Amino acid sequence: MRVIYGIAFILVVLLQVFAAESEIPDVQTIVDKANVTAYYQGNDGKAKVNMVITNKQGQTREREFIILRKDVKDGGDQKYYVYFLKPADVRKMVFMVHKHTEMKTDDDRWLYLPSLDLVKRIAASDKRTSFVGSDFLYEDVSGRSLEEDTHELIETTEELFVVKNVPKQSDAVEFSYYNVSISRKNFIPMKMEYYDKSDKLYRTIESVKIEDIQGYPTVVKSVVSDLKTGSKTEMEFSDVKYDINLEDIFTERYLRRPPREAIR
Amino acid sequence: MFAAAFCFPAIVRGETSDSNDSFLSNIPIETHGFYELRAGYRLGSDKYEKDMSIMETRLQLDLSSSYLEWADLKFKGDVLGDLVTEEVDFDTREAYIFTMPADFMDLKVGRQILTWGTGDLVFINDLFPKDWQSFFIGRDTEYLKAPSDAVKASFFSDLANLDIVYTPQFDPDRFISGKRISYWNSNLGRLAGRDAIQRVEKPDRWFHDDEIAVRLYKNINSYELAVYGYHGYWKSPGGQNAAATRAIFPDLNVYGASLRGNVGKGIGNLEFGYYDSSDDRNGKNGLVNNSELRFLAGYTQEIGKDFTAAVQYYVEHMLEYNRYKNSSPVGLSRDRDRHLVTLRLTKLLMNQNLRCSLFTYFSPSDKDVYMRPNVNYKVSDNLAIEAGANVFFGSYRSSFFGEFENNTNIYTALRYSF
Repeated sequence: MRVIYGIAFILVVLLQVFAAESEIPDVQTIVDKANVTAYYQGNDGKAKVNMVITNKQGQTREREFIILRKDVKDGGDQKYYVYFLKPADVRKMVFMVHKHTEMKTDDDRWLYLPSLDLVKRIAASDKRTSFVGSDFLYEDVSGRSLEEDTHELIETTEELFVVKNVPKQSDAVEFSYYNVSISRKNFIPMKMEYYDKSDKLYRTIESVKIEDIQGYPTVVKSVVSDLKTGSKTEMEFSDVKYDINLEDIFTERYLRRPPREAIR
Repeated sequence: MFAAAFCFPAIVRGETSDSNDSFLSNIPIETHGFYELRAGYRLGSDKYEKDMSIMETRLQLDLSSSYLEWADLKFKGDVLGDLVTEEVDFDTREAYIFTMPADFMDLKVGRQILTWGTGDLVFINDLFPKDWQSFFIGRDTEYLKAPSDAVKASFFSDLANLDIVYTPQFDPDRFISGKRISYWNSNLGRLAGRDAIQRVEKPDRWFHDDEIAVRLYKNINSYELAVYGYHGYWKSPGGQNAAATRAIFPDLNVYGASLRGNVGKGIGNLEFGYYDSSDDRNGKNGLVNNSELRFLAGYTQEIGKDFTAAVQYYVEHMLEYNRYKNSSPVGLSRDRDRHLVTLRLTKLLMNQNLRCSLFTYFSPSDKDVYMRPNVNYKVSDNLAIEAGANVFFGSYRSSFFGEFENNTNIYTALRYSF
């Protein structure tokens, strides 16, 4: 009798496991999880970022910076500190963002120019402009608020969820919609495809290398391609560390004097 | 560069480094800087100055080290071959030690560049030295800020933050003296330049002719609020000695406040300052600057893709105007209020490698204009080329920008950064 109960119990458990595997979460759960995986791993983090921008003619430009991040709330507000190392003319410049995810609240952005000891406040109205002259946009680096789009699960494969995202305010952005392919295994956004107003694919962002760092799946190399201009930017992350117990270094004090976490 | 080449292997080797290495070669020093060629000419002739407005080659070395656990060290200096003055100059821009004696305190001691306040190329509560000569002849904007030899102590708390800057010996502006830029000489009643280089009596006794500047500031909901105080001297000559033979730097106290934050789709700023010219508080002395109220309001917004516009309105209001007017020669007095409007337009093109900008000062009360167009193109990550102009015009020869009309110049530069 016990054996039968035992087998029945195992069967029930197995059935539940399989049911869970084949059960598809609703789209809000998928995008929430993907958003947290892409932008909110750990309570805070640090990485060295190397960008290579290659234009259609094959000429390259390089950017290198240290990025420090601290979450105010998972899936919500965050603070970013970007300390530039390359090219030489922007070395030691600091870019700081207090990101606000509530609709209608603009991010606060500052720029520190060391040669003038000048703390500049930057007008932040358009987040879809190029970040440091690369093919990445400000919004790609710090994340686009989920509130700004409607989400629809349009395809489920063995490995991926494909979510179509349509902006609620279509006149505010240059795309008509974008599809994100999200890994079912770890919720990493593997590919983002942007379509223009005439439904033509014109821009892609791909996660080309993923590593497990301190238990967090992390994109360590991604590539954005602008199919219209023929330009592409590769972004590589190194020295990635999570949960480093960053204090509140996202203030004017540390703009004028970079924290040890940034310079060491 | 050579220092870097020697030092970096030492870092890589780390603890296993060769015992023959000297102590110095084990301290990692980051070496950077640039090499620059810059040339410019006056567009018209100026009988008091050379046609060449700028003609120089410059090497800047920027050495820094965070090797010591308790302090950061910094040195930044320029070697300059100047064909206009026919001199080789050495200009130490920064040479300081930075340390954090307590969690709530930062300390920076030595030669340093200092800036605060909310104005864009307009300064009310920033009374750190400016180099107006470099600004007008077309050097990089970096050089508008002259270094201070000072101690800056900063204190941080949840309540508010406090900066105190003590300069033991007065650091004046690198003002317009006539050496490179012709100016209105009120004693001669005409324009003057190298024929009448302004002679000054500079307060220069250590720890006696000193300056102190303080700022108390706090961010409230991303609005940056600050109050300021300054005790020192007018930074550019603000009067003359009794015999009217030398320009002087009269005593000055400044009290002010500023506010900056998001307004609509852009950034707004307000700043105010009371200039207490304490050597002539009642305004009777025609040889010393009057006291003033200064006020600034500004707004910056992105008006297109990589296209930013910024406007500022600034006014200087003389406090003892009637006494000033009575003590000035008839017909030579200024208006009570000097109004100034500035407009900055900046457009980035070609993946932000090309920057086109125009900064304009326009004074409706002085009826004069100063325009600073500039185009900068980054040929590569290291190489940038640049061209620009400093254009002055005005209705009166004696007005703030009008006096510089003959100094209107164009320039071009090539900079290699490493």
